Amino acid sequence: MRFVIDVFSVAAIGGGVFFFLAGTVGLLRFPDPLSRLHALTKADNLGLGLVVLGLLPRTESLLGALELVAVWALVQLAGATAAQLIGRAVRRQGPAA
Amino acid sequence: MSVLAALDIGLALLVFAVAAWTVFAPGAFAATVGYVVYGLLLSLVWIRLFAVDVALTEAAIGGGVTGVLLIGAAARLRQAEMTTVGEAPSGVTRLFAACLCVLVAAALAGVVLLLPDQGPTLAPQAMERLPETGLGNPVTAVLIAYRSFDTVLEKVVLVLAVVGVWSLAADRYWGGAPGEARAERPEPTLAFFAQMLAPIGIVVGVHIFWVGADEPGGAFQGGAILAAMWIILMMARLTEAPQTNAFWLRLALIAGPAVFLAAGVAGVAVAGGFFAYPSGLAKPIILFIEAFMVLSIAVTLPMLVAGPPRREPRR
Amino acid sequence: MSEFLLATAGAILFTVALGLARVLRGPGDADRIMAMQLIGTGGIASLLLIAAATGARGVDDVALGLAILAAFASAAFVNSAEGEEPVANSGADR
Repeated sequence: MRFVIDVFSVAAIGGGVFFFLAGTVGLLRFPDPLSRLHALTKADNLGLGLVVLGLLPRTESLLGALELVAVWALVQLAGATAAQLIGRAVRRQGPAA
Repeated sequence: MSVLAALDIGLALLVFAVAAWTVFAPGAFAATVGYVVYGLLLSLVWIRLFAVDVALTEAAIGGGVTGVLLIGAAARLRQAEMTTVGEAPSGVTRLFAACLCVLVAAALAGVVLLLPDQGPTLAPQAMERLPETGLGNPVTAVLIAYRSFDTVLEKVVLVLAVVGVWSLAADRYWGGAPGEARAERPEPTLAFFAQMLAPIGIVVGVHIFWVGADEPGGAFQGGAILAAMWIILMMARLTEAPQTNAFWLRLALIAGPAVFLAAGVAGVAVAGGFFAYPSGLAKPIILFIEAFMVLSIAVTLPMLVAGPPRREPRR
Repeated sequence: MSEFLLATAGAILFTVALGLARVLRGPGDADRIMAMQLIGTGGIASLLLIAAATGARGVDDVALGLAILAAFASAAFVNSAEGEEPVANSGADR
């Protein structure tokens, strides 16, 4: 059983790192701020979600697991809001503000 | 080299790189962003040093209050930056400042690196007397029980800071409300964000204050998160900054240090020493004092961010 | 297992470092504010992994605090950037 949990954690966290990498590649390669913003908020949030998923079985209590999920939900909220706000700033000021 | 050591070295190098970038950044806004990122990276460093209370404070203040203050100021200064470029400090001044900073940093680094392996510490004695205070978190015990006088003075400094900020107002605005007098409408995105976040943030802030007695946390961190909730509500224009001559506001600002000082003075009569707590009652008294400190901090920090009054006081 | 967690934390910090190198240089203010978002998400991920690996207690609360405050810098930036705009402009977004 421990082994199954460990395999699950490794798979999920590995997937999370992959998405962080993907987000950074997008950040480095995309041509303008809006698409970079897209790469940053979408891919990194998904990466964090997978990391949280991988760490869930390792928590000691249900409360700890709920706290992890709450962290992820709050980062989703913050990411969505920040993306909207920064996008509006880019559109108002032009790409090279 | 173990993975942990490699991680530590990588983290340290990243912190150095961001700090170096901040020093050489093009313009005040870029430097400010670099500085806030540096602060958030420092939270990770504090976690690695097992100073979780400090990490919590760094995250709450550096990401929340200070971040808002600095970035807001830097964004507003962008317009003024064009006109001040002629007043930049001369090369000699900069060289002098650089030498001074390097000297201080080298002295600190030398002291830390040359410490004996078993450095002088009072930690064992602090842990030994912990059960008498009824607390489980030694950091809280140091702040409110062993060195409570320092903490009172820190809270008084916060009040002085607010007075200082308010005194920047023109005479006719004294007592008025901060913020420009213009038509305020809730900004849609920020309003949604603030409405979703504020209830959660309030619960988390109170939780972190309450749990600080036994786990990492405490009044300052909890108060900082509560302050951030009021700040985001003001930024989203869902609520206005109060008038600075409002009685409840001024009462809330001084409540923390006042209750703390009162408890300290009462200790003379009740427990035989300035800031002494009667044995057995220490924990309830500490939590009582901390509750008022949370109130004061949650009111003081947003007032610092809101700035000096810019409207005439209404009667 | 804890070594794997630490290694992934290091990998995520590395991607954050790469992203910072690109984003802090970015030609505009909006690019630089993205650094906040980057360090917020990546920092929280590394934090959770390091905490799970080293067993430091109370780190969940730090992650919670960071998550709550993640968008504050961006909000402050937008708030002050549109401080000089006439109010009518915010209706133009509808």
